[in-house]
Amino acid sequence: MRISPREILETIKMVELEHFDIRTVTMGISLRDCARPSIDALCEAIYEKIVTKAANLVSVANDIEKEFGIPIINKRISVTPIALLADSLEEDNLTKVAQTLDKAAKEVGVNFIGGFSALIEKGFTKGDRRLLNSIPEALASTERVCSSINVASTRAGINMDAVGLMGKVIKETALKTAQNDGIGCAKLVVFCNIPEDNPFMAGALHGVSEAETVINIGVSGPGVVRNAISSIPKKDFGVLAETIKRTAFKITRAGELIGREASRRLGVEFGIVDLSLAPTPAVGDSVAEILETMGIDRCGGPGTTAALALLNDAVKKGGAMASCYVGGLSGAFIPVSEDAGMVRAVEENVLTLQKLEAMTAVCSVGLDMIALPGDTEAATISGIIADEMAIGVINKKTTAVRAIPVPGKKAGDHVEFGGLLGSSPIMNVSQVSCQSFVDRGGRIPAPLQSLIN
Amino acid sequence: MKDWQEISKDVLAEALKEETDNPKIIVSVLGKDQVGIIAEITAVIASLGGNIIDINQTIFRELFSMNMVLDISKTPEPFSKFKEELEAKGKELGLMVLAQREDTFTKMHRV
Repeated sequence: MRISPREILETIKMVELEHFDIRTVTMGISLRDCARPSIDALCEAIYEKIVTKAANLVSVANDIEKEFGIPIINKRISVTPIALLADSLEEDNLTKVAQTLDKAAKEVGVNFIGGFSALIEKGFTKGDRRLLNSIPEALASTERVCSSINVASTRAGINMDAVGLMGKVIKETALKTAQNDGIGCAKLVVFCNIPEDNPFMAGALHGVSEAETVINIGVSGPGVVRNAISSIPKKDFGVLAETIKRTAFKITRAGELIGREASRRLGVEFGIVDLSLAPTPAVGDSVAEILETMGIDRCGGPGTTAALALLNDAVKKGGAMASCYVGGLSGAFIPVSEDAGMVRAVEENVLTLQKLEAMTAVCSVGLDMIALPGDTEAATISGIIADEMAIGVINKKTTAVRAIPVPGKKAGDHVEFGGLLGSSPIMNVSQVSCQSFVDRGGRIPAPLQSLIN
Repeated sequence: MKDWQEISKDVLAEALKEETDNPKIIVSVLGKDQVGIIAEITAVIASLGGNIIDINQTIFRELFSMNMVLDISKTPEPFSKFKEELEAKGKELGLMVLAQREDTFTKMHRV
């Protein structure tokens, strides 16, 4: 049977009226063959490899967008964690490498490139330390480079030395980009259990177990889910979950279709579809509004964590059937500044940092795009990171912190990051010090995998 | 094997085969109803050599809605040309005209 007019109209409505789109087509590129002792030779090898492999990424994505009629918002690149290439270098400062990534991203026309990264959940090598020390200058002197640092995992526990150091790196990055409200920190994420195939920024990297090049897809569609829910206002939770599952199926199938087509045309292996519901600052494209449509007057109120848990689980169940390969973060995103509903809930003092932390226990990305007072101590940021890492380690899931201590701003002030990064009120942070806790150093041991209560 | 099974075996296999090598195009037209929409849109398709293999048109209150399935495999004109000219015609008539590959819909709505 040919496709029915009803099905055609439904898709058109999703795209034209409910902001449905493919959020990102991300090409993962291995740079493992680029390692060189001299930094200039390393940069040359990296640049050549990226501009060769991704030469057609943007034009192919644009063609597919036209043919299939589904907008592809971002084209991006993830690369091998740069720290792995830094061990054998004759140079300590990796800023030049970040600038090379930036230049390559501009050359091929992608808006972000991820992988200025290190995996240090257990400990540091020389290259890891070089990378961490280079972050503030690297992010201040580039536009499109994103950095992600994995400091904890369920198998390794939490590297508290790394957590302590990242508190300082975040502060320094904010200060180095003070003229732009600390925007460098919006491109820097601290992870627990980082996925190796995540297509979304700022946390995308091309994991060490990945193929030479790969195409990963991130879908979107909070507006579609919200509209589907608003059509069943009084139905019970079984119907609610089923409605979300059906919607997630459709959204994910579109992602799978676009991903397969992109991988075929580029001659690159298809990796995964990431099932995450990713909001944007646009009105009607908000995860918070989905929770509110379920029946909670304002995101952050009692019931919010349960609503989010239901949403996250139903999206995964519907999405898992729609794609052969699901991966990445695959959970609802709750970035504060990038979600108009979250911003409103913070402005009304309903959504607090504490409630957000609870919400991160049942979805994927953790404390994301939270603007903090500029005078927040490095140790306090490390404490916030440690809490978030503990949630991920114990619950065997990915969590992360992307916090921006905005220089010169205090709680209640407003900050404007612009574009997809949105705007946000500065959130209130507890003044209780955890300096002595962070200063202990060492590692928090990996947890038991039994006795799991 | 019964007669009907004998006959339907190959025919069904043929009918159920996914049309992957010759993707069809769906043209959707949405907008305020007016006289002559179908004539205008089909004229564009005919001028480019596209073959309409299915068509469905209804009016929801004042909203004109039409979907057409096109086979463009027998014309040298590329898909992009169809898309461009149909969308231009849509602008001229004050209608939303979209041209998309059929798989967008089949993949999203069919298991």
